[in-house]
Amino acid sequence: MNIFVLLKQTFDTEEKIVIQNGSVSDDGVKYVINPYDEYAVEEALQQRDKHGGNVTVVSVGPGRAAEALRQALAMGADDAVLISDVRIGSDEGAAAVVLEKYLSGQSFDLLLGGNFSVDSGGGQVAIRLANKLGIPHTASITSLEISGSQAVVKRDAEGDTETLELSLPALFTAQQGLNEPRYPSLPNIMKAKKKPFQTLTLDDLGLGEAAALTERVSIALPPERGTGQLIKGTPAEQAAKLVELLRTEAKAI
Amino acid sequence: MSQPVLVIAEVRAGKIRQVTLEALQGARLAAGDSAEISAVIIGSGITGLAGELASYTSGKVYAVDHPELVSYNAPAYLHAVKGIVEELQPSRVFLGHTAEGRDLAPGIAALIGAGQISDVISIESGELYKRPIYAGKAFEEKRFLSSSGVVTVRPNNIPPATLAETAGEVVDRSYTAPVDLRSIVRDVVRKAGGKVDLAEAKIVISGGRGVKSADGFKPLDELADVLGAAVGASRGACDAGYCDYALQIGQTGKVVTPEVYIACGISGAIQHLAGMSQSRVIIAINKDAEAPIFKVADYGIVGDLFEVVPLLTEEFRKVLA
Repeated sequence: MNIFVLLKQTFDTEEKIVIQNGSVSDDGVKYVINPYDEYAVEEALQQRDKHGGNVTVVSVGPGRAAEALRQALAMGADDAVLISDVRIGSDEGAAAVVLEKYLSGQSFDLLLGGNFSVDSGGGQVAIRLANKLGIPHTASITSLEISGSQAVVKRDAEGDTETLELSLPALFTAQQGLNEPRYPSLPNIMKAKKKPFQTLTLDDLGLGEAAALTERVSIALPPERGTGQLIKGTPAEQAAKLVELLRTEAKAI
Repeated sequence: MSQPVLVIAEVRAGKIRQVTLEALQGARLAAGDSAEISAVIIGSGITGLAGELASYTSGKVYAVDHPELVSYNAPAYLHAVKGIVEELQPSRVFLGHTAEGRDLAPGIAALIGAGQISDVISIESGELYKRPIYAGKAFEEKRFLSSSGVVTVRPNNIPPATLAETAGEVVDRSYTAPVDLRSIVRDVVRKAGGKVDLAEAKIVISGGRGVKSADGFKPLDELADVLGAAVGASRGACDAGYCDYALQIGQTGKVVTPEVYIACGISGAIQHLAGMSQSRVIIAINKDAEAPIFKVADYGIVGDLFEVVPLLTEEFRKVLA
């Protein structure tokens, strides 16, 4: 089974956001595989180990994203592709065009990605891609069972659980709870350095451009919250006081 | 804008979701008062709902009513809107940023070659769309470069549309299932007891590691029942197995912006704060007076949640009776 995982490198979720000269500062920032994409990588590895085949991790992003791809190779992926080009516009539409072009030249049974990225959070690229490739998809899955060319998945839809049956090739995006991503072992980190790693530009894909369909006009931090008040007293007094404040001062309940 | 603007309505549990009215208002804010705003409603047995929706917009309401559309299925729903979208060539399409809208919107965007701006919380003059990035650690304003655009609006942020002066006309559209439907919904299990949805809840009560066990959520559930609130959790509580990941609030998980957020036994890791710090009123209950959650709280109680929460439930029961 040929499996491709769409992967994005993002800030670690414990990072604070600092804005400098109208953009997010990346000074000293720790980067990780987008947490949802990490579930996708893990799922790809488990499906390959069950059914045989090959796992390719693919990222559209800047040069530094190579680090996230190496991490996925260290987890156990077989090969990696980084598509990097300054002509790729910075939005989901542009990324989907690039991935479509790349994947339409590949043979695949299963495409996996994350439910959304924890930075821009658009949740579009994978679903756009499935639609452009004309393959079925299910977003936000919490389980995946494959037998032959059929897949049965469970989808988390705001707490409801939907069970769907799809025919492969298909695309799925991972929700938390799908699996528990492994940590790469030291020997695997060493092995990863020797695995095939391809870097492609738009020229390599035969694409003249991949224009963004949207653009950022401004960016700002949220307003600071004012200082709150601590409610003192016995637990019973605290509870009574809080209810009173919520009704009178905050007018919230 | 001479081309129409289209809103894709969402039906849940036999009702039009509140976020659909918010999407209608978003469309109005973006396109201006003179624009014609039409809507599509999809489902099974929705004639009454289509009429209800038509009272909120003077544009047309396209009703696609078919037994096979009783619950959301990606290819079937996209197929149901495809013909309408191709015929109308809308300049903008608005949906809710919900499980359904998030899934359907990129398909529509891909279909018409449109840009998409997701998870919009407000629409500013000059048709700028404000949205959170890094789950709300920062906000950006975006605009479309493409001639057509798809927008998903976050529940609870844009005020709902009010009744239109003249109701729109309902247009019935037929539906024929695509011959090659490669995705079938076998089963849908609704979450227990018709609980309030996290994203749309006006009040959220959330538990962290401090709840100590799955049973530790019981006092929170009881308070939620009294207040008509939804229950959420921190990553700590989910990772510890106290509750399902579907409840997780934070940069991984859901972002919520309720009127009132009550954090119980949550320390306030930065990734959790990203998911809730835009709530209007934040209450923190924690044993540790140094917990970072108190920095974002409007009201703080340093104390044991197992003592304080049942007392709160009792107190609210008294005043709300």
